[in-house]
Amino acid sequence: MSSFSLPEEKLIGLYEKMVLIRVYEEKIGEIFAAGKLPGFVHLYIGEEAIAVGVCANLKKSDYISSTHRAHGHCIAKDCDMKKMTAELYGKATGCCKGKGGSMHLAELEVGVLGASAVVGASVPWAVGAALSARIRNTDQVAVAFFGDGAINQGVVQECFNIAAVWKLPVIFVVENNLYATSLPTRPTKIQSQYSCSIEDLSKRALGYDIPGLTVDGMDVLAVYKAAEEAVQRAREKLGPTLIECKTYRYRGHFEGDPLMYRSKEELERWLVKDPILNFKKKLMEAGVLTEKEAEDISSKAKKIVEEAVQFAEESPDPLPKDAFKDIFVEDFY
Amino acid sequence: MVRQLSLHEAVNDGLKLEMERDPTVFIMGEDIALYGGAFFATHGLLEKFGPERVRDTPISEAAFTGIAFGAAITGLRPVVDLMFADFIGLAMDQILNQIAQTRYIFGGQVKVPLTIRASIGAGVSAAAHHSQCLYSMFAHTPGLKVVVPSTPYDAKGLLISAIRDDNPVIFLEHKSLGVSETYRLPTAGRQPVPEEAYTIPLGVADIKREGKDVTVVAVSLMVHKALEAAEKLVQEGISLEVIDPRTLVPLDKEAILKSVRKTRRLIIMDEDRERCGFASEVAALVADEAFFELEAPIKRIATPNIPIPFSPILESTIIPSTQSLIRTVREVVGK
Ligand SMILES: Cc1ncc(C[n+]2csc(CCOP(=O)(O)OP(=O)(O)O)c2C)c(N)n1
Ligand SMILES: [Mg+2]
Repeated sequence: MSSFSLPEEKLIGLYEKMVLIRVYEEKIGEIFAAGKLPGFVHLYIGEEAIAVGVCANLKKSDYISSTHRAHGHCIAKDCDMKKMTAELYGKATGCCKGKGGSMHLAELEVGVLGASAVVGASVPWAVGAALSARIRNTDQVAVAFFGDGAINQGVVQECFNIAAVWKLPVIFVVENNLYATSLPTRPTKIQSQYSCSIEDLSKRALGYDIPGLTVDGMDVLAVYKAAEEAVQRAREKLGPTLIECKTYRYRGHFEGDPLMYRSKEELERWLVKDPILNFKKKLMEAGVLTEKEAEDISSKAKKIVEEAVQFAEESPDPLPKDAFKDIFVEDFY
Repeated sequence: MVRQLSLHEAVNDGLKLEMERDPTVFIMGEDIALYGGAFFATHGLLEKFGPERVRDTPISEAAFTGIAFGAAITGLRPVVDLMFADFIGLAMDQILNQIAQTRYIFGGQVKVPLTIRASIGAGVSAAAHHSQCLYSMFAHTPGLKVVVPSTPYDAKGLLISAIRDDNPVIFLEHKSLGVSETYRLPTAGRQPVPEEAYTIPLGVADIKREGKDVTVVAVSLMVHKALEAAEKLVQEGISLEVIDPRTLVPLDKEAILKSVRKTRRLIIMDEDRERCGFASEVAALVADEAFFELEAPIKRIATPNIPIPFSPILESTIIPSTQSLIRTVREVVGK
């Protein structure tokens, strides 16, 4: 018996998912550095607790919208990792047939409405899916994941208001990793310019009279609990919630980012809060997880990731003529 | 007797029939519910269908077009009222990057059965931000069908097709076709419109008037100016054929080429701006496909690339007129 309020298998599930995302992202970083991926990638390392803590409250039929930093959200919402990885490679077997890539992952089948590379642009999609659930009279909810940069977009503020006025079953999850590319949310030791006039972004909820809370985004249980309440509120048709998760991306904004805009000390302070290491420690202390089990979880994750990468690498490229397909439902452009 | 409806009344009729037929159709926009829409095209729909399906939105164009997209990819068939096409700037990212392109980006995973209605056109001194056509801009964007009806009958049938279409459709209603002062254009008033639902396929042009000397391609209000010119030119022994493509995407290229091969002369009358516009597109098409069959240079009569001015005298100076068409016709037939 543990001192947690969640059943043990749920706790282990959260841990496994976070490890899977970490292992995946480390592998993608490696592959990218080896020059095997076209384009560029934004990794989710350090932020795993958010996607995992939130999505653990969702059903397959619930929706999420995602961002340019999409891999973690997709894994947490149970996207097919093989198809997703093939998409990063631009292969014909990718979830978007190689037309989207890392910044445009989508798998409608599992409720991933998709990611947009325009910062903030996918937030209304989740609100629209929530409206759709309302009109179709289902109990589905939608989660919009977005960053501290995106929260300053007009369309996102418009969405808070409309969702509040219409009491839509949507949960706004702002992943405040303290930077929008190079610009910090608040002044730092090395930067005087910044993007937000408030410390806790959840305060923006006040302006729309919806619940807003700030949680430790490095603590999967804190995220889980906040999302649990918000999802319940949404299912009970009580309207939207804004959850701010304070977090930190351990890597650059994109792979290859020179990272001159933040300090080593800052990174080190956040590395101590590693969402996976700390949760592992807690689970072990509570007797829910042994070192051996943890190792098994890691090797299982590595195997899943290896298989996905192998699938992607062995997959065929799209045919040139496929460039002219999928514009309209009919075959013309 | 068959009812006579204006363009906006025909749109209203089409919306009503589709909302009755299909519970997934709902409408959304500013002042569309109790007020009934800026041009009363949604008049009476709130009463009939209730606030769940007739939704007044805050003034948040980016959000509600994006929300419509989210609803469209999750099983609904939204019809969004942008009020004026000029306001597209506010919703441009959602329309250009998201709504139009996402089906492609996601490898065909989603259908986007979404109709965006907006009013277009000058002629009522509505000035720069309430008078533009902008359909060329939409036609330039991959992934959008663009519908520009010229008559009440066409508007109803095309709107029903647009709503039933599984792709995003921009549906543009000329404000002067619904305002009574402009009924001075002989053909532009109310028109018999059948009670029942009917569809007109997107991508099929209509020959609004048959003729043999010059083909005039025009959409929306310009069709009526072309028809007026055609009537006047009869006295001079010149016969115009007026082709209304009705949709810019898909474009009925065959109908245009067929007509030009017959008349051997082409004028495009286009209320949108000239540079890189619809008129240029049709001109290029005919130059590519039928150059050696032409007897005169292709002429474009379009709005110059300047903001639409307020003063009636300035406005009417820049908007293509029946007179300017008549002059150009005389030029291409050598009279
Ligand atoms: C509309 C728009 N502006 C700028 C960019 C370039 N850009 C890409 S990601 C990014 C930062 C986004 O920051 P945030 O929302 O905090 O997300 P994070 O990358 O931190 O996860 C910027 C400025 C963009 N893609 N879209
Ligand atoms: Mg950020």
